[in-house]
Amino acid sequence: MSNLFDLLVAGLATGAIYALVAVGFTLLWQTSQTINFAQGEFVMLPAFLMLAAMHVGAPFWLAIILGILLSMLLLGLAFKMLLVDPMMRHGVLPLAIATMALAIGIKEAVKQFFSAEASPFPSIVPTGDISILGHAVSLQSIGVLVLAILAVFGLTALLNRTSLGHQMQAAAQNPTVARIIGVPVERMILLTFLINAFLVALASLLITPIYLAKFSSGEVLGQAAFIAAIVGGFNQVRGAIAGGLLIGVLDNLAAAYVSTQYRAAVPMIFLIVVILFRPQGLLGRAEERTV
Amino acid sequence: MKSTLLVGALLTAITTTGAFAQAIKLADVAELSGGGATVGTNWKNGIDLAIEEINAKGGVLGRKLEVTHADSQSNPGVARAQVQKALDAEPYVLLGPGYSGSVKVTAPLAAEAGIAQIMGGEAAELTQAGNKFLFRTSFGQQSSMPKVAKYIHDDMKAKSVAVVWVNNDFGRGGRDVVVKELERLGSKVVADLSTEAGQADFAADVGKIKAANPDAVFVYLNEEESARILKELKRQGVTAPLMGETTLIGQKVIELAGDAANGARGHVGLTTDAPVDLIKGFRDRFSKKYNYVPDHNGLKGYLAVYMVKATTEKMGKVDSKAFADTLHGLTIKAADEPGILMDVTFDQNGDIDRQSFLVEVVEGKQVVKQVLPKVK
Repeated sequence: MSNLFDLLVAGLATGAIYALVAVGFTLLWQTSQTINFAQGEFVMLPAFLMLAAMHVGAPFWLAIILGILLSMLLLGLAFKMLLVDPMMRHGVLPLAIATMALAIGIKEAVKQFFSAEASPFPSIVPTGDISILGHAVSLQSIGVLVLAILAVFGLTALLNRTSLGHQMQAAAQNPTVARIIGVPVERMILLTFLINAFLVALASLLITPIYLAKFSSGEVLGQAAFIAAIVGGFNQVRGAIAGGLLIGVLDNLAAAYVSTQYRAAVPMIFLIVVILFRPQGLLGRAEERTV
Repeated sequence: MKSTLLVGALLTAITTTGAFAQAIKLADVAELSGGGATVGTNWKNGIDLAIEEINAKGGVLGRKLEVTHADSQSNPGVARAQVQKALDAEPYVLLGPGYSGSVKVTAPLAAEAGIAQIMGGEAAELTQAGNKFLFRTSFGQQSSMPKVAKYIHDDMKAKSVAVVWVNNDFGRGGRDVVVKELERLGSKVVADLSTEAGQADFAADVGKIKAANPDAVFVYLNEEESARILKELKRQGVTAPLMGETTLIGQKVIELAGDAANGARGHVGLTTDAPVDLIKGFRDRFSKKYNYVPDHNGLKGYLAVYMVKATTEKMGKVDSKAFADTLHGLTIKAADEPGILMDVTFDQNGDIDRQSFLVEVVEGKQVVKQVLPKVK
């Protein structure tokens, strides 16, 4: 039983990070119909930007700030202007393929300029345990969970409680009408790209101390988050959150109670079941698009 | 007078090049890029250092050594193609690869060509296929795992052991030997956990270890995964002593795992931290030449070349066909050939017997706790 509790906590902590990344997937999809297959690499890169900043002498806190700002510049602004905007007019599929190419490009560049080997990464959460209901729970798991939940709550509050959020939603739901009533749609779309860049940088900061900084570490994350977004519902932020947490827990429980060898298969099987019986995702809305 | 000098100079040049033209050609195929780049680069640098030293002292039987390096890209398929290419050039001896998987697919090629292959792989099965041309530079698992099991049973006094291994040729080979030995000695394996290469999340595996509550944990994973599981073991507060092999307590693991590596112990066939003067000398020369401290793969590459030298000098001739026969059963003493660093004996399978070390990580440093003698 204590084992189950530990697994749930660890699964939720990993799942919360998947959720951050999955939310980015849904945001980009909703506002600009971008399926970003480089999302995993977007999580891998900020850690290396922070490491590079530390390498030239910046203290950790400054490296975090620089890393997040650089990520927003590169993975938000530059990504939108240099890749998404020119490709968008050719349709969803060419853009999706372009993001796959970008994923390979980022991976190879990191391998070339940093190293093919893993590097350690400092943790912003202190190591150690606290006792919850008689169970020793690691501070790192709690810290990751709390920070990820705070980020998600912050985002939800921004979307639902502020005028800016309402404008973003309007831009996502019906850009034509939004434009008519004076919403600066282009700026709102750019904002979602910046928010996505911020979320992946945060995910990078939280997951890299555990997974280590390595050029290939985005592959697993990107895949897990993509599955999480589809399972939860690609067009709903709350769906992506639920999907992320669910996949995190499911992965850990599968490794413990099914088989370590087949752990990677369990979320996939779950994905297939969801697509067969509830294609819009657990919390998603059925969507019809004009062609 | 001028012309006489010129003719003299020319003659000297011709005779010298004449001697060099007879250089002994070695071929090396190693993991110079890809996941095994650290392994292959250390191995290559070890080879180059040894050749430089030997040539500076006049070569082997008066002939210089030459080596060509090829990159296997850490991929068995590429390794096979590169080895075939290297063998087509009819080298005296083939060196490498370092990965067991790559050795497994290339060994039949070298055997068919009748050329001895000195390699870095450690999987148990490599020398058990009756290949008469394959030689190790380090312990195979059938030599190291019994030492590990004995230490867990005798010194750690563990009645129950959790075994975590990586599901590939290397991990499965080590797991099979250690589990058999532990059970023979009377230590019960209470958790037998396979993990995947490249696995990032070890929470569930460590959860299972915790639930099994063993007296000791044996960890047999590659370097990065070792670092991840060490961190997770610490995170979940597992206090049972940790035992492993070279891959658990290597310098890279210590760097990646930080504090979490402290207290981990491992059996090490070769370490540049060994309390052996000749090894310290090697370490200094290597560090001076390449500006970094080599790992055990640097030692392996270096030893491979000195194996070629000692065997050739024993034969008294450069004979590719007789090389393997001579090396089988040969004991090379460090007193006679300092480049071999420690006394070593090769058996009929190409396996080695040599002293080894029990290392513990103390405050981020490898500390040799015991020297384990040669078996025979």
